[in-house]
Amino acid sequence: MTQLQENPNLTSTPPAKMELPSEPWWRFFTFSTDHKVIGIQYLVTTFFFYLVGGALATAVRAELATPEADFLGFERYNGAFTVHATIMIFLWIVPALVGGFGNYLVPLMIGARDMAFPKLNAVAFWMIPPTGILLLVSLLVEAPAAGWTSYPPLSLISGKVGEELWILSILLGGTSSILAAVNFFVTILKMRMPGMKLEDMPLFCWAMLATSVLTLIATPVLAGALILLSFDLLAGTAFFNPSGGGDPVVYQHMFWFYSHPAVYIMILPVFGMISEILPVHARKPIFAYKAIAYSSLAICFLGLIVWAHHMFTSGTPDWMRVFFMIATMAIAVPTGIKVFSWLATLWGGKIRFTSAMLFGMGFVSMFVIGGLSGIILASVPLDIHVHDTYFVVAHLHYVLFGGSVFGIYAGLYHWFPKMTGRMLNEFWGRVHFLLTFVGFNMCFLPMHKLGLMGMPRRVAQYDPQFADLNWISSVGAFILAISTLPFLFNAIYSWVAGRKAGDNPWEALSLEWMTTSPPPHQNFYGEPILLTGPYDYGTHSKETLDYFAAQLQTLRELALMETEAPHS
Amino acid sequence: MQGSLAPDTVLTEHIQANAAHADHPDHRVFGILVFLVAEACLFLGLFMAYLTYSLTAPVWPPEGTPERELLLPGINTLILISSSFVIHKAKPAIKANDVKGLRLWFALTALMGAIFLAGQIYEYSNLEFGLTTNLFASTFYVLTGFHGLHVAAGLLFILAVLWRSFQPGHYSAQHHFGVEAAELYWHFVDVVWIVLFILLYLL
Repeated sequence: MTQLQENPNLTSTPPAKMELPSEPWWRFFTFSTDHKVIGIQYLVTTFFFYLVGGALATAVRAELATPEADFLGFERYNGAFTVHATIMIFLWIVPALVGGFGNYLVPLMIGARDMAFPKLNAVAFWMIPPTGILLLVSLLVEAPAAGWTSYPPLSLISGKVGEELWILSILLGGTSSILAAVNFFVTILKMRMPGMKLEDMPLFCWAMLATSVLTLIATPVLAGALILLSFDLLAGTAFFNPSGGGDPVVYQHMFWFYSHPAVYIMILPVFGMISEILPVHARKPIFAYKAIAYSSLAICFLGLIVWAHHMFTSGTPDWMRVFFMIATMAIAVPTGIKVFSWLATLWGGKIRFTSAMLFGMGFVSMFVIGGLSGIILASVPLDIHVHDTYFVVAHLHYVLFGGSVFGIYAGLYHWFPKMTGRMLNEFWGRVHFLLTFVGFNMCFLPMHKLGLMGMPRRVAQYDPQFADLNWISSVGAFILAISTLPFLFNAIYSWVAGRKAGDNPWEALSLEWMTTSPPPHQNFYGEPILLTGPYDYGTHSKETLDYFAAQLQTLRELALMETEAPHS
Repeated sequence: MQGSLAPDTVLTEHIQANAAHADHPDHRVFGILVFLVAEACLFLGLFMAYLTYSLTAPVWPPEGTPERELLLPGINTLILISSSFVIHKAKPAIKANDVKGLRLWFALTALMGAIFLAGQIYEYSNLEFGLTTNLFASTFYVLTGFHGLHVAAGLLFILAVLWRSFQPGHYSAQHHFGVEAAELYWHFVDVVWIVLFILLYLL
């Protein structure tokens, strides 16, 4: 099962003469078409926005620490939670997962030299900073205050300038993610290395395939809704304004046709990453590869036909409610398949409790809680009862923080050595995990109870009976805010002066670990070779593995001799 | 997965697959098609909004909406549809290394596209309702206007290809991705217009 650890060839660093000069640091701040540079640019940029969004969240929780609206006041509170949500979705989770990890990993995992359209890739990234600037400017000018859903008619009467900047920002970010999705779709289907079938791909690539399909189909519809909303705001039309004969529910349909699939855009790549991380650190092949791969596509399909479950209280007719309730609950099936596969992968594995694994297992357990409260919300009668209460806030944070953000952290700890060539400090990684886990649960677990008690969301001032639980929640939020600091310092320090990682510190088998850390410009020395499946832990004999390692070493040396030849 | 295979087989298979892969597949046309799927979803969303308005309204178009002239948009539609057939001639031409043919068909398509746009502007100037008259008028202007923007973009695309075709050797029988992309985009704009015409003028 753990023959790999006995194999010195796979884990040893290449001989000194093979080391290439490391990348200059400014390369990550300039225009580049290398998917690895763009991936890291995405990750760094979005982490900055995560800190901004987190600061806003802390301000929101500070306001909610006491029942009175005595910290931000009503107007600024509305702006703060609106911009917090928008930043976290459009400038942190989506671009970090798709743009960051997707860009960095997909070409490496499929043995491609780069993405299918490298320049388009750079264009998509460079749309992200202006997206963020527009949003932050809106916060300074006249913050959009209608929530991240921006429902009309509320969004039509509150702060027009901020609302319009918000729309422009989302349109720009949406364009960026459509362009990225085109790129991923073509890359995964057309750029795989010779001999790699779809079913040889790592599961992360399957997840990215499903994510791109969702982005391609759903994001343009959101763009349509925002364009119509823009006309209502600026040109005096009445698409969504009931006073002019329009219908605000049409906006809700168009908005959720994107924004429900968006939660799968935010979680499918994490599913993929967890499917990569668990087998490596549990030293076992993934359980039921095909079931995980195809369940991503099933989630993709079902995710597109459940949007109206956000609208059970919007005057939706009964037949529609029943259809959307059943379709929503059906998503639990492919999701459950994944969860059981992960558990079966862990079962009997030789688990190494690295920081990546801690966050991975934290993801599985927290996501299950979020999934279960999702089933509760999917059922019409319960949803009508807790609609727009803190129960919804708890659910969505368990899915998006306990799910996506834990997944992003797991991915950062797992692939940091590949990206930078250096290890993150494991001790501070554990401190980070502990603070995050405690702070997260302390912040969001009480919200379930608050929601069932009937505390409405999006209010700055609330009934004093909710004060105790809100206090606990706010303290949890502060711990959560503090928890980013160990990671931040760990990442910066380790990038500069961390322990050298070697090519394959986790003894993983997928293709991205079969090159140097960080990988060279064209990813591989010579043509990459598919010697093992990505999850064949413990299925090879020692002789086979020795043979693989020797082949890789020979190929690299040959390729390096070719590249060195012109200089000598 | 190839875990159980003997290493030698893996390596042999790899070398064979490499040889078969020698002529790299052209993924760019595929990329344009994928992008057009996203574009189609944009229009689909707007169409669904229009359909919702028209099906839930008691009277559609709302009372007091002036009758629309069918002659001019009808002619315009014929021009746009025929331009799709015209641009379709360009690819066989360049495949036979006939750059002059390419220029001819693209210039003709550009002309027809320009006529379509001019016709649309003329139609706008003669309509008796404005953007904010009622819900029908708003959707009418947004949908046709949005389509008009796409026609303009397609026109620029075609003119760019035309411009490049005057650089010697830019397009050849083997390398003419720009030609194919412009043609696909133009067909897309055409298909959207057909749906639009049926929805806004005929129903």
